[in-house]
Amino acid sequence: MSIDKETVRKVANLARIELPEDRLEPMAREISGILGWIEQLDEVDVTGVEAMASTVEVGLPMRDDVLTTDGTGGGRPEEIVANAPKTEEHFFVVPKVVE
Amino acid sequence: MTDITSLSLAELRDALKDKKLSSREATEAYLKNIEAAKPLNAFNTVTAERALEMADASDARLAKGEGGALEGVPLGIKDLFCTKGVETTASSNILRGFKPTYESTVSGNLFADGAVMLGKLNLDEFAMGSSNETSAMGPVINPWRRSGDNATRIGEDGKVVGGLTPGGSSGGSSTAVSAHLCAAATATDTGGSIRQPASLTGTVGVKPTYGRCSRWGVVAFASSLDQAGPIARTVRDSAIMLKSMAGHDPKDSTSINVPVPDYEAVLGQGVKGLKIGVPKEYRIDGMPSEIDELWQKGIDWLKDAGAEVKEVSLPLTKYALPVYYIVAPAEASSNLARYDGVKYGLRVDDSNIHRMYAKTRAAGFGEEVQRRILIGTYVLSAGYYDAYYLKAQKVRKKIFDEMMLALNDVDLLLTPSAPSSAFALGEKSDDPIAMYLNDVFTVTTNLAGLPGASVPAGLDANGLPLGLQLIGRPFDEETMFRGMAVLEDAAGFTAQPDHWWS
Repeated sequence: MSIDKETVRKVANLARIELPEDRLEPMAREISGILGWIEQLDEVDVTGVEAMASTVEVGLPMRDDVLTTDGTGGGRPEEIVANAPKTEEHFFVVPKVVE
Repeated sequence: MTDITSLSLAELRDALKDKKLSSREATEAYLKNIEAAKPLNAFNTVTAERALEMADASDARLAKGEGGALEGVPLGIKDLFCTKGVETTASSNILRGFKPTYESTVSGNLFADGAVMLGKLNLDEFAMGSSNETSAMGPVINPWRRSGDNATRIGEDGKVVGGLTPGGSSGGSSTAVSAHLCAAATATDTGGSIRQPASLTGTVGVKPTYGRCSRWGVVAFASSLDQAGPIARTVRDSAIMLKSMAGHDPKDSTSINVPVPDYEAVLGQGVKGLKIGVPKEYRIDGMPSEIDELWQKGIDWLKDAGAEVKEVSLPLTKYALPVYYIVAPAEASSNLARYDGVKYGLRVDDSNIHRMYAKTRAAGFGEEVQRRILIGTYVLSAGYYDAYYLKAQKVRKKIFDEMMLALNDVDLLLTPSAPSSAFALGEKSDDPIAMYLNDVFTVTTNLAGLPGASVPAGLDANGLPLGLQLIGRPFDEETMFRGMAVLEDAAGFTAQPDHWWS
């Protein structure tokens, strides 16, 4: 299946990547080429086959429902914001979202 | 001792334990090699000061007769593993300057065993590539060059002229191990990113079973496929590395709670009585005859060692790459949504938050990463989800079943590791599909979660290394290591790249 410039524009917007106008057409061509190659999957009969998301068949493990401050626990706001481009106190700062 | 850096990891480990040399001496020797090999661009960051501190601490422990399995051994860490307080970039502009406040489980395991970190190794951006050319830090150069080839050399400006790819995405790891810039390195493999670079650089690469090594603290590409493993100089070295890297981790819900065997202990056990399958569909069109001949040699070596070799059929093989190029970009588009200019990394300011996101991601991601995010977003979008993503997951299940059925009958599969030897930088970078075909022999094991490994087995007519791949049953890396040791012994691969860069 080939996709056009307008589809690329829409998908780029969904993916939050600003593509300059002159990249839309080449990107449409590249992605169409890849999708065309992928379409050989149509040859495979998958009737009655269950979709597989992971090779790990165990159920998700449960952890104890307790508050921790080590490992993946909380209580360390300085570390959380340490790498943020813009912060105030322990908050991430972003442009105004609600008018 | 003339050259410490020519010792294998196992030899170095033993020499350190016997106090024949110190970790500081070894670390200084490697730092010297790293400095001299700058044109190869294997390292994104060299942590010389920290390395020497770690070496001194190791020497203090060794002096008291203490120390872990890797005490004092200098390693390179792929720049995809978060290292506490040390810049971790995934070779992407969007993560420049990012200093994790935590340590990945795998690198933490290695350091807990006494390993010394020399620095962070270059890779394809977010591990998306097969030639290390998508790196925002520039390509890595393969230490190997074609024999009689004067094209690859250091130019007057100190930069490399010509040059071959060391493979990808773990190109920094494969180059650093091959050029003796570290005793061994960590790497990751989503579609072949450990085994293909190992094959192209004459090194040993092991992708363990999915769930064997924790993914916690490893920058995510495609979560259902990503798996960490070592690149090392010898099979024994890779066994030592994997034992230290592996293990259950409650912080990764896909990490499996099974004991980690002593892989080094099985190396001498041979392959007598094992059944080894040779998949006939891996004889692909256009494959160089040298690779076919090497494959036949591998069959003979295993037979000579007492294994029974038989042909097996895996007719769905040709669909593995197309499945991969739906599943991996889909998972990547979701994983990489976190890079939005808010929590860490690059931000391009704008008064409108949506434009801020879009500008940040346009500036921060390279072309290949953008292409894969767009494909992933497309195949997951309304109206296309069933046709692409769901379909791919179903074909993935059929491929998984086919592999498991084959491995019911045989203990291991033997295949080439990559469809060619190292190619020139720039040779395939304009054709995404030609580049993707590098993973044609390796990608199936990622889809099925199986362990796979590449062992250097010979040289082509240009004097470039070629690898053979063994694939094993889930969590049976031990049998795979037995086969790897037999291939290594029989191949007697001792060739080294000439040191043209220093």
